[in-house]
Amino acid sequence: MKKFINRIDDLLVESLSGFAAAHRDLVTLHLDPNYLTRAQKPNNKVALISGGGSGHEPLHTGFIGYGMLDAACPGHVFTSPTPDQMLEAAQAVENGKGVLFIVKNYAGDIMNFEMAAEMLPFENATVVTSDDVAVENSTYTTGRRGVAGTVIVEKCVGSLAETGADLAACKALGDKVNSRTASMGVALTSCTVPAAGRPTFDLDNHELEMGVGIHGEPGRRREPMRTADEIVADLVDAILDDLKPPQDSEVLLMVNGFTGTPLMELYVLYNSAARLLQERGLHITRSLVGDYTTSLEMAGASITVCLLDDEIRQHWDSPVHTAALRWGK
Amino acid sequence: MKTEFILAAAEAVNAAILANEAEIESLDREIGDGDHFINMKRGCATIVSMREELATLPPDTALQKIGMKLLSTIGGASGPLLGSFFISMAKAVKEQDTTSLAGIAAAFAAGVEAIKSRGKSDVGEKTMLDVLIPVSQTFTRLAAEGVERHDLLEVLKREAEQGMRSTRDMIATKGRAAFLGERAIGHIDPGAKSCQVIIQTVCDLAGRH
Repeated sequence: MKKFINRIDDLLVESLSGFAAAHRDLVTLHLDPNYLTRAQKPNNKVALISGGGSGHEPLHTGFIGYGMLDAACPGHVFTSPTPDQMLEAAQAVENGKGVLFIVKNYAGDIMNFEMAAEMLPFENATVVTSDDVAVENSTYTTGRRGVAGTVIVEKCVGSLAETGADLAACKALGDKVNSRTASMGVALTSCTVPAAGRPTFDLDNHELEMGVGIHGEPGRRREPMRTADEIVADLVDAILDDLKPPQDSEVLLMVNGFTGTPLMELYVLYNSAARLLQERGLHITRSLVGDYTTSLEMAGASITVCLLDDEIRQHWDSPVHTAALRWGK
Repeated sequence: MKTEFILAAAEAVNAAILANEAEIESLDREIGDGDHFINMKRGCATIVSMREELATLPPDTALQKIGMKLLSTIGGASGPLLGSFFISMAKAVKEQDTTSLAGIAAAFAAGVEAIKSRGKSDVGEKTMLDVLIPVSQTFTRLAAEGVERHDLLEVLKREAEQGMRSTRDMIATKGRAAFLGERAIGHIDPGAKSCQVIIQTVCDLAGRH
């Protein structure tokens, strides 16, 4: 393993400290328990808190700021944060309109956020994101995983919360965006959890993992390497089979890198996906391409399609000022 | 149940988990996401490091503190599940006589019940519960029948081993392996393996006490 590390046990806190120092106009870091908040506490809005295992940066810390999150709780690498983090973060950012947790659908995240919600002395609700269509069988009671579509949920709910909307409205928009968003990823290499020191899985030079999760969990199947167009066709088919968008729907197309794939290749994927969506009668009116929900150093990418309507488009377009997304302000 | 035994068990479990690193890690790499061993190691090290703080406490308070500490240090699914186990066991230890095997079995059952309800899971889902539930049921039954301590411990170890092996042919419906569908068949669940190691270690220790 070759990584920029001083001591493995210090990796997370050093990384968070560096992030907070680089973006001190936007965020403030609190340690033990670890959470980050906006540098300036806003008033009269639902407090949005997300969190999850580290290793997916910029998710979620990079989305703290105006128009998105009020706080984020980073866990250890690929390990959910603990209830004390969420409790302290909520105490710090709650300002009278309640707390909305945005949680990716993994057993550990659900349980830790659930325990925090039970102990919280404020009105609260939770939006669970579950946009990954790679998990084929819906009888798996754990359900679908939350992946890159989470960014779209955080952006839209964040925008609505800035208007002073109440907790129920924020929760309803989050659930709506999640239900209209579908993603699927593909890995070309594994990733290495620093504390483990070895690749999470073995993938040889001629193979890809179709439907990979953002922790390097295996997906639908392992297959021989193919052309970008062929890979994208499978991803887009799986996504559209799930979303079943009506003809002439307006969509947001997101191509998300896992870190190890160059932007040059992400645009190859975008080019291919955009052509396929157009052939299926869909109108792409919004796009996002880049590394937004990563998986340590994994090479690979995911494609996300979100079915827009006037409300979602308006909240996607509204101003945002965070370390990883910034426009209109 | 004595605090002294809880502390000795923590030391022994810590050593046993470390000794089984290679096997637990490789199981987790096959069907998990590679963080199970690290989390177990962190949890064990935390309990061991609480030794001085716990030594003078009554057993129920010690278990309660262990549970709260695990909740805030392990993370992942193991944190809330193991944290809930200790917190519920602490409550049971406080409420009943644990000088008898039946009392300890009841406290253990309360802890296992907490894992079931927090994880919304049961036996047959390829998780640690495939070890814990049969062990708990057998423990309760044998303790009620008044089976001799040494024989009881041997049966529990066998039950844990059997439960762990039973996960090999299961499709996972809970936990990270649930995303794998049939691909998880043929692999023992790493959480079930850790639990089997823990039960074996605690039974061995109890046999010597």
